[in-house]
Amino acid sequence: MAFRLKLVPDQTNIDFFRWAGLTFWGSIALVVLSILYTAVAGLNFGIDFRGGTTIRTEAANPVDVAEYRQALAPLNLGDVSISEVFDPTFGENKHVAMLRIQAQEGDEAITPEIIQAVEQALKQVDPTIRFTAVESVGPKVSGELIRTAIWSVLAGVAAICVYIWLRFEWQFSVGALVALIHDVALTVGIFSLFQIKFDLSIIAALLTILGYSINDTVVVFDRLRENLIKYKTRPLRDLCNLSANETLSRTIMTSGTTLLALIALLVFGGDVIRGFVFAMTWGVIVGTYSSLYVAKNIVLMLGVKRDWGVKKDDGPAGTQFAEGK
Amino acid sequence: MLQIPLWKRVIIWGLCALGVLTALPNLFYDRVERHNDAVATIERTGVETPELAAERALWPDWLPSNLVNLGLDLRGGAHLLAEVHLEDVYKARMDALWPEMRRALAEARAEIGGIRRLPSDPSELRIRIERPEAMARAVEIANSLSSNVVSLSGIGQRDLDITAEGDTLVIRLSEAERAATDDRTMAQALEIIRRRVDEVGTREPTIMRQGTNRILIQVPGIGSAAELKELIGTTARLTFHPVIGRTTEPDPTPRPGTIVLPSVDEPGVHYILDEVPVVTGEDLVDARPDFDQNGRPAVSFRFNPSGARRFGDYTAANVGQLFAIVLDNEVISAPRINQHIPGGSGIITGNFTVESATNLAVLLRAGALPAGMTFLEERTIGPELGQDSIEAGRIAAIIGTVGVVVFVILSYGLFGVFTSIALGLNIAMLFGILSTIGATLTLPGIAGIVLTVGMAVDANVLIFERIREELRTARGPARAIELGYERAMSAIVDANITTFITALILFFLGSGPVKGFAVTLVVGLVTSVFTAIWVTRVMVVTWFERRRPRQITV
Repeated sequence: MAFRLKLVPDQTNIDFFRWAGLTFWGSIALVVLSILYTAVAGLNFGIDFRGGTTIRTEAANPVDVAEYRQALAPLNLGDVSISEVFDPTFGENKHVAMLRIQAQEGDEAITPEIIQAVEQALKQVDPTIRFTAVESVGPKVSGELIRTAIWSVLAGVAAICVYIWLRFEWQFSVGALVALIHDVALTVGIFSLFQIKFDLSIIAALLTILGYSINDTVVVFDRLRENLIKYKTRPLRDLCNLSANETLSRTIMTSGTTLLALIALLVFGGDVIRGFVFAMTWGVIVGTYSSLYVAKNIVLMLGVKRDWGVKKDDGPAGTQFAEGK
Repeated sequence: MLQIPLWKRVIIWGLCALGVLTALPNLFYDRVERHNDAVATIERTGVETPELAAERALWPDWLPSNLVNLGLDLRGGAHLLAEVHLEDVYKARMDALWPEMRRALAEARAEIGGIRRLPSDPSELRIRIERPEAMARAVEIANSLSSNVVSLSGIGQRDLDITAEGDTLVIRLSEAERAATDDRTMAQALEIIRRRVDEVGTREPTIMRQGTNRILIQVPGIGSAAELKELIGTTARLTFHPVIGRTTEPDPTPRPGTIVLPSVDEPGVHYILDEVPVVTGEDLVDARPDFDQNGRPAVSFRFNPSGARRFGDYTAANVGQLFAIVLDNEVISAPRINQHIPGGSGIITGNFTVESATNLAVLLRAGALPAGMTFLEERTIGPELGQDSIEAGRIAAIIGTVGVVVFVILSYGLFGVFTSIALGLNIAMLFGILSTIGATLTLPGIAGIVLTVGMAVDANVLIFERIREELRTARGPARAIELGYERAMSAIVDANITTFITALILFFLGSGPVKGFAVTLVVGLVTSVFTAIWVTRVMVVTWFERRRPRQITV
């Protein structure tokens, strides 16, 4: 027998419901906590959502935040935040800082005069400074971007649930919905906790997480459906466990390869997309957990009809709602 | 049992080869880009210089030469989101309608009495009528000035909405006419912006309409958004007006039929001008940077025949008078007419530098924007930052891929090798398709590729795990392989369709970099399902046929 790396033994018999009380209610508690925390602490919105200007500077000399701040003070730009950026991919003589200037009056993004004034003021502090990126979003657009972002996440969740409902049963759809809410809430929660910049790319990451998490969930559901047909009389709880165990090796393998690729990006991909990659990495972990411990529990709670494969042609499709047991 | 007909194999390998071939140019990005530029130049100019020929020879003509477009965040450049003030055009229409309306109503003075234009929202015309009882007659006259809307959707509708409010006649553009006007304005604005951007000659700019009144402009390789804004933000409406007077204390309410505009060169000085221009920039056929008789930078221009005639007639009749050259509501200069100017050409002098004269010439040649614009969003990405991002993305992609390959081979042995080959082909096909459809690769797009690498293995993992399970039920390896592929199918389909749904939503709702991410995600999904299901299957089956193993280990 050839050598095989096995992360999961061939036969597992983990009872995923053994700690159901703890894992399930623990997850619910975490979700509630995330939502509350986000509501209280808020998110560190990027200019996409809040409007304003960010300027990325690069200089040969170390960044002195206090000096930068002093240089910009006479310009009266309102709220200005300055932070130094560190990254393992930077060379020795590369010192990067991010400046954020609050949105100015009016619809307009920013006037060229302000940008020029800022650039000149900073050149006085450090003649080697270069401005590698200047981005500015007016308040009119940022409001729309927020709305689009919220809509896209909601639309994503809704579309997935409808698909699951069509392909499986409404109980599965509810299970998937709860799992997705769990993933989104925990991801938003961690962004609030660490105050990582939350911008449009994070919304893209959130949608990708939805896709990934549901991918995992669907594989388990698919097996559950197969087992429901195969073992007509075994209790649902056993079948849920059996399905999860049978697919466990695949779940771990896929999460493993995906995480491997994501961690490579996280470490070597540079600071510009770090927030985006972090959201995805975290989402893969949370998504894998939620498909094992959240989605199935909901299906088990709601029960499911057991006459898969039996063709029913009496009554409208909607009557299935009454038959769940 | 385990059989794949020859034609299917040919198609599968053929598609793979096509993928690799179309992806190939991206490995030599710089060379191919220079080759493409040279080819484009030769085509445009029709001349093939030795330098161009050398550039062209960098890449053979018979190989595919489509490249993945690099997004602004990777190549560097400027991005602007502009909002066009559509109501400017409504105002212009109303202002143009007023003299005509005044004349028509004045003809019926006996019935409706005196008329007066009331101050109002600039997009409507409010006219007070002395005898409200004759309102029906006034509405009838106003109606005779409206015409049918010229558009596909507005057939049978009039262009003016005419209502009476007490003693006031209210005229505004009808819904259908507004829609038609908006479309025309946007099309015109797009065209003029495109011409202006093309004049400065940058590579593949993106200029497109977004929603009803917005234009997205992305120009790779330009220094900053401010530069781009200067180029396209100027309306560049050029008009020539008779001068009535000069003043340093402008009257805030000018006499009807006149306008008061500030002078650019002389601070504080205002000119009182006739409201109706003699000629406008629309009659220009050419404008170029030039020098005046004192050697100072200037812009020379030429009118079309009708413009030249009006210009000639006016100068002949008004020798000795001042004549104002107005650009975007500012008087650039107001020279005295020394003699009749018949040729239809002239020169604009003012406080120009060589650069500003060149810019003005570009703007005049491209034509005036039909309406003003506000910039809602602007982004400048420096080329160094983009280069850093590409480098970081490349390293991460290589490390990620190597990690996944090692992991998969350790886990599945020979089958892992098959998967790794399929993974390589997957990446090649992904790039091949992205190049062929001319998609734009953005930084999140690179992350999408890396993510695809991680997730592409998923379908194979599903299949191999399934084969392992089927092997346990011991019905022979051939049957197990067949069942493995067959039974894993439904999970693979469901899993990928859900991801596909989210990617579609991202594509339709996202913008810029996010859209780029969605495109790579969708294309990656398609190629990964193809390679994971068909390519590995051909490899597994071919291997199985050659070796005929009694038992297999997955």
